[in-house]
Amino acid sequence: MINYIPREFDIVRDRERCIDCGCCVRQCGFDCHYFDDDGKTVVADSTRCVACHRCVDLCPTGALSIRKHVCDYKDNANWTPRIQQEICRQAATGGVLLSAMGNPREYPIYWDKILLNASQVTNPSIDPLREPMEIRTILGRKPEKLTAVKKGKSQTEMPPQVMLETPIMFSAMSFGSISLNAQKTLAIAAKNLGTLFNTGEGGLHPELSDWSDYAVVQVASGRFGVHKEYLNNSKFIEIKIGQGAKPGIGGHLPGEKVTVEVSNARMIPEGSDAISPAPHHDIYSIEDLRQLIWSLKQATNNEKPISVKIAAVHNIAAIASGVARAGADIVVIDGYRGGTGAAPTRIRDNVGIPIELALAAADQRLRDESIRSRVSLVAAGSFRCSSDIVKAIALGADACYVASAPLIAMGCHMCQKCNTGICNWGIATQRPELTRRLNPEIAHERVENLINAWNHEIKEIMGGMGINSVDSLRGNRLMLRGIGLSDKELEILGIKHAGE
Amino acid sequence: MKKVYAREQYCINCRLCEVYCKTNHSKSKDVVKAYKKESPSPVSRISVYGDSKASVAVNCRHCDDPACVKACIAGAMTKDKKTGIVSVNESKCIGCMTCLAVCPIGCIKISNTAVKCDLCSGEEPACVKNCPNKALVWLEVGGGAK
Repeated sequence: MINYIPREFDIVRDRERCIDCGCCVRQCGFDCHYFDDDGKTVVADSTRCVACHRCVDLCPTGALSIRKHVCDYKDNANWTPRIQQEICRQAATGGVLLSAMGNPREYPIYWDKILLNASQVTNPSIDPLREPMEIRTILGRKPEKLTAVKKGKSQTEMPPQVMLETPIMFSAMSFGSISLNAQKTLAIAAKNLGTLFNTGEGGLHPELSDWSDYAVVQVASGRFGVHKEYLNNSKFIEIKIGQGAKPGIGGHLPGEKVTVEVSNARMIPEGSDAISPAPHHDIYSIEDLRQLIWSLKQATNNEKPISVKIAAVHNIAAIASGVARAGADIVVIDGYRGGTGAAPTRIRDNVGIPIELALAAADQRLRDESIRSRVSLVAAGSFRCSSDIVKAIALGADACYVASAPLIAMGCHMCQKCNTGICNWGIATQRPELTRRLNPEIAHERVENLINAWNHEIKEIMGGMGINSVDSLRGNRLMLRGIGLSDKELEILGIKHAGE
Repeated sequence: MKKVYAREQYCINCRLCEVYCKTNHSKSKDVVKAYKKESPSPVSRISVYGDSKASVAVNCRHCDDPACVKACIAGAMTKDKKTGIVSVNESKCIGCMTCLAVCPIGCIKISNTAVKCDLCSGEEPACVKNCPNKALVWLEVGGGAK
């Protein structure tokens, strides 16, 4: 059979260093490495290599490297090799192209076009190692006004609040899309960091019940695993309307991934496809959303804030305003770079808008309508480093959701094969021989190290600005300047150009 | 005494414990040389049994009352009273392999003489240090030494 598509990578083995121990053979879930007919010599078939680097990172002699396979096409700026290969793949299968992880295409990354301010002469900068620096973040609806204080006590009734020790939370990844070990890693890390992990729409595995105080539980269109205890054993509840990687699209967890444990957590038959409809079929309007928010508040005795997660799409500001008015306590906006376990490639790469613009527009709209304090704004959709988080907070976010970064800390190499169910790092898989590879004892330390490092950097950047509390940074767009942006982009971001 | 314990729920069948055991018991202490240059080839004292579905690394348990010590006719196999480590004196070993026959878990390996896990002479063993998934741990759980 003609393949029509050249292989993507070459596995290069340094024969002088290879000791034929076979570690690569046993680690490759895609069966690229194998023992030759003599049973002793390790050889490789590069055609299936996805560049996950499992073999490279575990090889005890550093004998392996992965190179991009070079096979030039006739130059064509329009019919690029990627486009031609996608056509060939569809010609072979007749199917919708599927991809995983976030949108990798060359759209502008506004974080890289925004610069931060620092204090010089006219106001002092602060050394976070010598002076207190507050990054504690409190999410939830804030009271419209404070009523008189009586005998030293406020008479204001406070809506339910959630306190985080860092403005960084872990975004939704369901048990099913990721392994229990991966979820457990995030749960342990969330507890130790004083932040929250998110169950996604896969229900809460009984083994994670010890960490339910650090869980955000999702109610999505499939309503998988939702019951009273699930809702009440949580820090807050998140209604998932959309996801940045695939706005307007539902979810589909293939039956192969629905193991006994996944089926129990989701409350669906084993081996059946878990299909989340594109819309919630009881939410066709803001008024319908209000009813669901109200129902969830009733189910939890008004003790939990209710969050609504929406994907960043064209009318995001108006939608966020509507969601706030529907009674949500927290609005999560997920940008188009947000990750996923599986999404149609065309949707992932073409639908939605950047989180930077969506966040700025939504924050401004809520402020203009004087309802900003009714909700906390959480930004999601690809925060790669601490400065991205600082910029998001200055654009108006109360907190940020991160997922891809902690996955990378666990071992993910962004090979974008989550949808195959084979993850050589034990993250996006349910195969016991692969999930075993992710030991939460190691992984939770790595994730905590990452977030602690970011916390330090956030404090350092804030100190440089002369700001000692994340509350003073929030929505403080004067701390931002654009570089190489058009007037329209600057207007939407609500920031001045560098030099102004 | 501190011993090496295997946790099969985290064993990923990579067999790097074997690689690093062999290296640590080589002359050069270099992985590539240990495998490709040295003669006689050094022997790994730990073995992983099983396949990708289920695997576990097995090495000497340094028993309280070791059968190998009792069986050794040359007085080469001894248990150190202080450390509890069971080791073989390779200059005394005559290679009869009785120890191999009596070891209940098959932890004696064959080279010119009998060779076995010496717990890397009391330092953190190479197998534990290099296990990429913490499937091997070096723990004191009691027993093994007086």
